[in-house]
Amino acid sequence: MTQTNRLQGGMIDRSRTLSFRFDGKAFQGHPGDTLASALLANDVRLMGRSFKYHRPRGPMTAGSEEPNAIVELRTGARQEPNTRATTAELFDGLVANSQNRWPSLRFDALGVNDWLSPFFAAGFYYKTFMWPAKFWEKLYEPMIRRAAGLGSVSFEPDPDSYDKGFLHCDLLVIGGGPAGLAAALRAGEAGARVILADEDFTLGGRLNAETHEVAGMAGHVWAAQAVARLADMPNVRVMPRTTILGAFDHGTYGALERVSDHLAVPEKDKPRQILWRIYSKHALLAAGATERPIAFENNDRPGIMLAGAVRSYVNRWAVTPARDVAIFTNNDDGHRTATDLRAKGVNVTAVIDTRPDAPDGGDFEVIKGGVITNTSGRLGLTGIEARTADGGQRRISCGALGVSGGWNPNVALTCHQGGRPAWNADIAAFVPGSALPPNMSVAGAANGALTTHGAFHTGAEAASQILDHLGLSAPAPDLPEAEDGPVNLTPFWHVKDAKRAWVDQQNDVTAKDVKLAHQENFVSVEHLKRYTTLGMATDQGKTSNMAGLAIMAEVAGKSIPEVGTTMFRPPYTPTAIGAFAGRSRDKDFRPVRKTPSHVWAEEKGAVFVEVGMWLRAQWFPLPGETHWRESVDREVLQTRKSVGVCDVTTLGKIDVQGADAADFLNRIYCNGFAKLPVGKTRYGLMLREDGIAMDDGTAARLADDHFVVTTTTANAVGVYRHMEFVRQCLFPDMDVQLISTTEAWAQFAVAGPNARKLLRKVVDDDYDFSNEGFPFMACAEITVCGGLRARLFRISFSGELAYEIAVPTRYGDAMIRKLMEAGEEFDVVPYGTEALGVMRIEKGHAAGNELNGTTTALNLGMGRMVSKKKDSIGSTLSEREGLNEDDALKLVGFKPVDSSKPVPAGSHLMTKGSQVDAAHDQGYVTSACYSPNLGCHIGIGFLKSGHARSGEIIRLVSPLTGIDHEVEVVSAHFVDPEGERLRA
Amino acid sequence: MMIDHPILGPRDAGEFVYMGCASLINRPDWQAEDALQQFTDYGYQRDNPSGGHRELWFHEGGDRSWLVVTRDTVTHAITQVELARDVARREGRSK
Amino acid sequence: MRYSGFKVIKEALTGHRGWGPAWRDAEPKSNYDYVIIGGGGHGLATAYYLAKQYRQSRIAVVEKGWIGGGNVGRNTTIIRSNYLLDGNEPFYEFSLKLWEGLEQDLNYNAMVSQRGILNLIHSDAQRDAFVRRGNAMILNGADAELLSTEQILQRYPFLNVNNARFPIKGGLAQHRGGTVRHDAVAWGYARAADQHGVDIIQNCEVTGFRIENGACSGIETTRGFIGAKKVAACVAGSSSRLMTKAGMRLPIESHVLQAFVSEGLKPVLPGVITFGAGHFYCSQSDKGGLVFGGDIDGYNSYAQRGNLPVVEDVCEGGMAIFPMLGRVRLLRMWGGIMDMSMDGSPIIDRTHIDGLYFNGGWCYGGFKATPASGFAYAHLLATDTPHETATAYRFDRFARGCMIDEKGMGNQPNLH
Repeated sequence: MTQTNRLQGGMIDRSRTLSFRFDGKAFQGHPGDTLASALLANDVRLMGRSFKYHRPRGPMTAGSEEPNAIVELRTGARQEPNTRATTAELFDGLVANSQNRWPSLRFDALGVNDWLSPFFAAGFYYKTFMWPAKFWEKLYEPMIRRAAGLGSVSFEPDPDSYDKGFLHCDLLVIGGGPAGLAAALRAGEAGARVILADEDFTLGGRLNAETHEVAGMAGHVWAAQAVARLADMPNVRVMPRTTILGAFDHGTYGALERVSDHLAVPEKDKPRQILWRIYSKHALLAAGATERPIAFENNDRPGIMLAGAVRSYVNRWAVTPARDVAIFTNNDDGHRTATDLRAKGVNVTAVIDTRPDAPDGGDFEVIKGGVITNTSGRLGLTGIEARTADGGQRRISCGALGVSGGWNPNVALTCHQGGRPAWNADIAAFVPGSALPPNMSVAGAANGALTTHGAFHTGAEAASQILDHLGLSAPAPDLPEAEDGPVNLTPFWHVKDAKRAWVDQQNDVTAKDVKLAHQENFVSVEHLKRYTTLGMATDQGKTSNMAGLAIMAEVAGKSIPEVGTTMFRPPYTPTAIGAFAGRSRDKDFRPVRKTPSHVWAEEKGAVFVEVGMWLRAQWFPLPGETHWRESVDREVLQTRKSVGVCDVTTLGKIDVQGADAADFLNRIYCNGFAKLPVGKTRYGLMLREDGIAMDDGTAARLADDHFVVTTTTANAVGVYRHMEFVRQCLFPDMDVQLISTTEAWAQFAVAGPNARKLLRKVVDDDYDFSNEGFPFMACAEITVCGGLRARLFRISFSGELAYEIAVPTRYGDAMIRKLMEAGEEFDVVPYGTEALGVMRIEKGHAAGNELNGTTTALNLGMGRMVSKKKDSIGSTLSEREGLNEDDALKLVGFKPVDSSKPVPAGSHLMTKGSQVDAAHDQGYVTSACYSPNLGCHIGIGFLKSGHARSGEIIRLVSPLTGIDHEVEVVSAHFVDPEGERLRA
Repeated sequence: MMIDHPILGPRDAGEFVYMGCASLINRPDWQAEDALQQFTDYGYQRDNPSGGHRELWFHEGGDRSWLVVTRDTVTHAITQVELARDVARREGRSK
Repeated sequence: MRYSGFKVIKEALTGHRGWGPAWRDAEPKSNYDYVIIGGGGHGLATAYYLAKQYRQSRIAVVEKGWIGGGNVGRNTTIIRSNYLLDGNEPFYEFSLKLWEGLEQDLNYNAMVSQRGILNLIHSDAQRDAFVRRGNAMILNGADAELLSTEQILQRYPFLNVNNARFPIKGGLAQHRGGTVRHDAVAWGYARAADQHGVDIIQNCEVTGFRIENGACSGIETTRGFIGAKKVAACVAGSSSRLMTKAGMRLPIESHVLQAFVSEGLKPVLPGVITFGAGHFYCSQSDKGGLVFGGDIDGYNSYAQRGNLPVVEDVCEGGMAIFPMLGRVRLLRMWGGIMDMSMDGSPIIDRTHIDGLYFNGGWCYGGFKATPASGFAYAHLLATDTPHETATAYRFDRFARGCMIDEKGMGNQPNLH
């Protein structure tokens, strides 16, 4: 028989039946059900196992505060561990499995933990498992880890996508219950831009769960009408299935919209979820309240749930958790549950009310001044034992028990910026404190107004005040009639003398654990939480923190607010990591920047390499080449022999213009630029203010008041930022303007003895760039290919006769093709970053590995470049003693004594015969390569006292990679040390 | 966070890059007798107040202005945003 | 009272009535030989080693709130000694060695778990840097291993290598690295210090220093004046706030670092893993939660909370290497305030005021340093000379130009 516990009425669509499976067994439910309501309808109360003792558990709530009924939803790559059955919308074909149990939910081997629970009291693990020390990682910890944890991941990539979005509003209303609806209507009608968000799939909050009439109609009908009105307003955005996760600075709220979680799979091209960043002028928290349980012996059996949750199941989902239901309460709300159950024909076996002066029931018995002392039913509740006011014991059979200990306002978001809740004795609960996030207001049950009437009025009133701030006016509120019963509650937190009364059901924290924490001096709330794990479970303590605090207050002999307050951090409910990541995953984790010659390089079969966000050609293999070294060696040799071309667009380019441009560069670079003639380029070394090398590059003077500065690829952005800082903050009256033109110019290095001949075919005829007319370090604005504007620099990173030619980026592809075509007669080769690296190491040029953020001009062998005659960034602090020691590290070259040996970067250097340890470290190799020109491996790096040790044989060690052999200290300039080639 | 750019209006802080205390504007005189000491203090010592803090933000994803933002380091409330260039001039910096 | 398996069983059978307070709540006395300001991991460790190792007495730890409520309880619990520079590596290796014997020493199971830490390598230049670092570690007596991508995939078969924006080209592993149950470190040191007679005084906020003629003779607190021969500040995160009361400016900025934990999961990650092309590192706690973090928010802050952009950035990093994490839920986020120093390295030193000592500037390396920081600070306090592993952690290193800059970012604290 199916859905034996289904009642009449409710907000489900009985015209359609949905099939689903739980632990392999087939069930049916209806649209509008959650997984929990559908399982309860099918008389399934057992849905999970607890974290520590693997106790059998069923749903305790009907919402996102659920600690017990958490399951693995879906299968395969879409498996979602720890999903609340109480919020998972039922869809046709849904598959869910219980978790944290083996071999089955009904029989769980680790249920043995429950029998051993006296040994597993709070904090027991801090006191044992220490002997022998080695056993922790090998034995104890794996054992604990296997037993711990909850659900499991699929280990497969998440197949769904997630989006991010940005919204702006005058008023964000958080929660679509009576307070939120009243506020949204008010603000919407006044013309404010309103967002109304609610975590539920049907707005209405408690209106959907109660039987009170609103304006003469069922509460949920009124709510549906209100939502329809709001949806019609163009200035209002109604967002169901949307949880406001956190209140961040300056009115920014994070929100998660579950776009597709109610479907078997997302619709085509639709994301699973969207993370919204909502920029609000005001926010109104109308998130309602969460009912809290009472702790008593064995209060965790499947079938024991919050009384308000029972009402939700009965009224909204037309489900009773059992045919015989009892109630345990300290307030009038419990009686309401009994009344609603009776109205649906469910047998109420008793209402046990802790208050001696509890009201009489209708057609159900009320045990006044009674408490529950125990319960029975291993896998589901079968009965309770109650102690009556006169001390008598009653055994009452029931399959479900509704418990109400009062309501806690949902203050979580008020705490996200450090606000502390305040104690309200009238409702014996914490309400929002005075330090709310700026421009946040609170209304309804979240603010302690626990009646429907109170919710409507405080919601509308809060909206009015916000409209005032916004300068909008609203018509006088026309609020519906609604119940306004008093809150009759006598605080009652736990039944004393219970052996095991569960406070935090998911983490299995008992009242006794709280007392033990006190006994061991873990008395502050923070210590209590951390020592016992109270409130640290996936439900974030929404139903447990208060009772823990109350019990601690009791044993400490203090009032609850004296002991502390409950605090909350984002997110409001646990949120998929995928949603925070959005589209930034896999190949789209970060943007890809491509060089102007990328398409051409792809055609040539280039191998690409990631350089920051850039993709650059690493080498260009030819048919038949089987190893990357073959390609790279060929590119190097051919460039040095004839000519090669390399795309160097990724280097940063900054245009510097203005009357003070030269003066400005004088401040930026440690070496002088004031006297650089027009038409000349100079190498420049930039220091940070702390005297450490920041970046190097060239500055070309195209006119008196116009320079082009190049930076390394890695520092292009940072150097520009730094230059703007110097310009705007340090020398604000300098007549100089900067703009980054990195993306505006495609730039190619043309290097090798035939570089000039090649370029002659490209550069327009009226430019003289003979060696005399355009010598080493010359620069000019020219035209190429019959009138295309271009810039030509005679600079060389490779050490060869070389130029860099720049054309507007959109001509980059055409330019590389033109250069290759023009070079055909010289057997031109394209070369990639590897060959570029080899040639610069052969030439001894510093690059990123050498400019590692700790090296100075002195270390780089450019100490004398730091001009003492002018003020430049970093010049003063570069004079500190620690940066100028006699044996300072200096850049030198290394050649292996046995020419077959490598000189790997990252190796350290030791004096021959000395001990090999950190105390005797002499330096390290920064860059290394195989030099096809020298026929052996070479390296450059930093060595104490540097050149002074030229010719010394030292020991190169890399214990990490098993290398230990001798190298000779040589000049870092392995090729053409005199620089004849680049001046040729 | 939102920064109310004096020219562009409120912008998400994500468009900006943070540098640090606005005292970095007050770069010492390189020719002062105790220049090394002054530069050491300038470069390394910070007030690091709990409360109001004047600090430098660069609008990297925008108009490339350096701004001096006055922000409370406890509440993150921003009370003033100025162009750093204006502040620098006001504090006597020139060429 | 000694903790033991036997004691646990005995108490289990007798209703846990025999457990006493893990530490006493002491009332402040009028004066001490040593007053340590800050009941975090470092302060409590300092008190413990001062009493036990250096056999000093009349020691108090004063704490503004509850012990262990600051960064020792707000970090991602990682321990490691995979540092590059000689100023740092011996110190962190000393710390790791102390971790290895900590539980027996303290008689408290802080769950020191040497499950290994792995830094992923994504480029050739990064490999060069990691080789240099791995060698520096070995030369300093630590352990390091360079792993190939294949070796990494054996341990982490679900790493995204096939569809990754940045290729994984190997990794640098330190097998002795791992995690520790962070709160237990504070409690374990507190309990052990207490047993050595240290007074732990909670809810006692320092309001000022009594300084006369360039010498400090005690502290003013919300619970009255407490005299001390030596006053030891140990409040990383709040160092500037505290030392301002002694008229000191520090080479430190306070920044917020967020950290995150997921819902509990059955075993996923065997060790600690660090993404090298984004900001993400992750391990799994014994309870099953994935504990992860990334970069600081980047602006000066004393608010123990951050903002969304960094949450997103960190999760992007996580998804980049572990695309299976998409459906795992982030349970909680929190922020800790870091003493971000000017070179990314800490300070353990005397101040220019006699009798006033300073320990701070830990950036986000403070947790792993806890034992060595306490030990070295105790050494300094007891002997007035720096401990051999902490000789570089001096105030004057900036004036001398002897920065210890692991990341090479210079005097901009938010970049370290």
